[in-house]
Amino acid sequence: MEHIDFSLVDWSRAQFALTAMYHWLFVPLTLGLSFIVAFMETLYFRTGNPEWKRITKFWMTLFGINFAIGVATGIILEFEFGTNWSNYSWFVGDIFGAPLAIEGIMAFFLESTFIAVMFFGWNKVSKKFHLTSTWLVAIGSNLSALWILVANAWMQYPAGMKFNPDTARNEMVNFWDVLFSPVAINKFLHTVLSAYVLASIFVIGVSAWYLLKNREQLFAKKSIKVAAIFGLAASFLTMVSGDGSARNMAKFQPMKFAAMENLYNGQQNAPLAVMGFLQKNKTETDPKKQDFVFKIEIPNMLSYMAFLDPNAYVPGVFDLVKGDKEHHILSYKERTEKGKIAITSLAAYKNAKKAGNDSLANASLAHFQENYPNFGYGYYANRDVNELIPSVPTTFYSFRIMVFLGLHFIALFLVVLILTNKDKIEQKRFILYTALWTIPLAYIASELGWVVAEVGRQPWVIQDILPTIAAVSQIKPVSVQITFWLFFVLFTGLLIAEIKIMISQIKKGPASEPSQN
Amino acid sequence: MRINLKNIFQFYYLGFRSMTVGKRLWLIIILKLIVMFLILKIFFFPNFLKTNFKTDKDRSNYVIEQLTK
Repeated sequence: MEHIDFSLVDWSRAQFALTAMYHWLFVPLTLGLSFIVAFMETLYFRTGNPEWKRITKFWMTLFGINFAIGVATGIILEFEFGTNWSNYSWFVGDIFGAPLAIEGIMAFFLESTFIAVMFFGWNKVSKKFHLTSTWLVAIGSNLSALWILVANAWMQYPAGMKFNPDTARNEMVNFWDVLFSPVAINKFLHTVLSAYVLASIFVIGVSAWYLLKNREQLFAKKSIKVAAIFGLAASFLTMVSGDGSARNMAKFQPMKFAAMENLYNGQQNAPLAVMGFLQKNKTETDPKKQDFVFKIEIPNMLSYMAFLDPNAYVPGVFDLVKGDKEHHILSYKERTEKGKIAITSLAAYKNAKKAGNDSLANASLAHFQENYPNFGYGYYANRDVNELIPSVPTTFYSFRIMVFLGLHFIALFLVVLILTNKDKIEQKRFILYTALWTIPLAYIASELGWVVAEVGRQPWVIQDILPTIAAVSQIKPVSVQITFWLFFVLFTGLLIAEIKIMISQIKKGPASEPSQN
Repeated sequence: MRINLKNIFQFYYLGFRSMTVGKRLWLIIILKLIVMFLILKIFFFPNFLKTNFKTDKDRSNYVIEQLTK
């Protein structure tokens, strides 16, 4: 791994990031709007008020547009696994196989079957069956997300697997360890809950537009009420699950945690930088260090946030790179040495097996297994270990912008809920404009959450086991560049189509007369 | 409604016929799937290991060689 074409690695990463981020523009609205529609239809079912049916049908149409344009955009990621990340794809095959197969079956049977009843079944099936179908679409969509998020969580915290040196593949030894790993549970909850927040903001923002235009007042206020309550509940739970994610990060991905907090030197009673501005350190000794030029801190909060103990020690970037015997942290130099032993032992094992030398094979295998937890570090044995530090400013700022936007969303949900209950919301034009312009902010916050999760764990494709430089396929960089731009054009086209169809449908508004059925 | 094949067919047939915005969406879905599976997948995204190696053993040997070189 000494001759690495970084343009290939970087373009492959850029392509995956582009397609994943575009894909994620469609997913959260599907996840959240499906439940909002189900709640609205439940209100129709319980009250029999035809206005709720009219409301349900309108938001269901927007859900359908988003679902149709976004469907299958995630398949592209699977194409990339097979072409651009073939080493990785082979290496993880069995771990990804089961969750993705279950996802496919779930998506096909639950979504595809019941989505037809949801759209075609009005007045053709009973109200109860229609409502059940709407709920099953919501549950099915969210369960589909579960499996892919479990697979992503496994990459951050590879639990429940065993590497088979004969096949070069990871094999699942405990499905439940994979499914219920603390990282998987938090990742799923945090991701889907944040999607509910985004969908609630979408509903409130579009409803606010109607109020600004003096159209559909009853429709808009009822929609705002449902979305604000749903969004508020989802926001608080997003905060709780986010707190859990941070603790997992401190435990299982301490470098990501240190980068997210711009913490270079570990300390006890570590303070949390609520906000701050960074500047590249100008000294030659620490060329990669970022200094705070301004910050507002809460004393002891970082220690508490990470380990529920205000006195706890939180390691910094330098402690992780240079090691800290007092806190039992191996230096990256020691880890790269162990990783190198794992890599050479794996090669020796294969050669010994081929030569029929069982005793050498067994000894090599024992060496390999002993050092496997540091396998990925071996690729940096002759490289600069600073390559193992993710982009600190990107993770630091992304996290803070996401959190501040999250707080803005909570304030918005509270304000619109109070104003709607007092029946004064249509008079507060500033709030209505704020609600409308919060729609793009919700997408920004949602994307930034993924930036923290994925940029923060670089260079790892699988934490500590497989870095990007070993995971990439040896193909021509130019082919990756071509497909990068092809995807850019394709996804931008889909996004424009989605926005255009959505806007035309929103301008058209809900059906004029509520039907009695 | 009694469930039989004719009813199911009628359900989908009438559903598709009465679509308004859905017709545009189906066009987008079909075009998207054609671009993805008949152009991108075939011409730009062959499975690297499946294309270059015949058996799983060859593929695993190649990956181990890549990981240990």
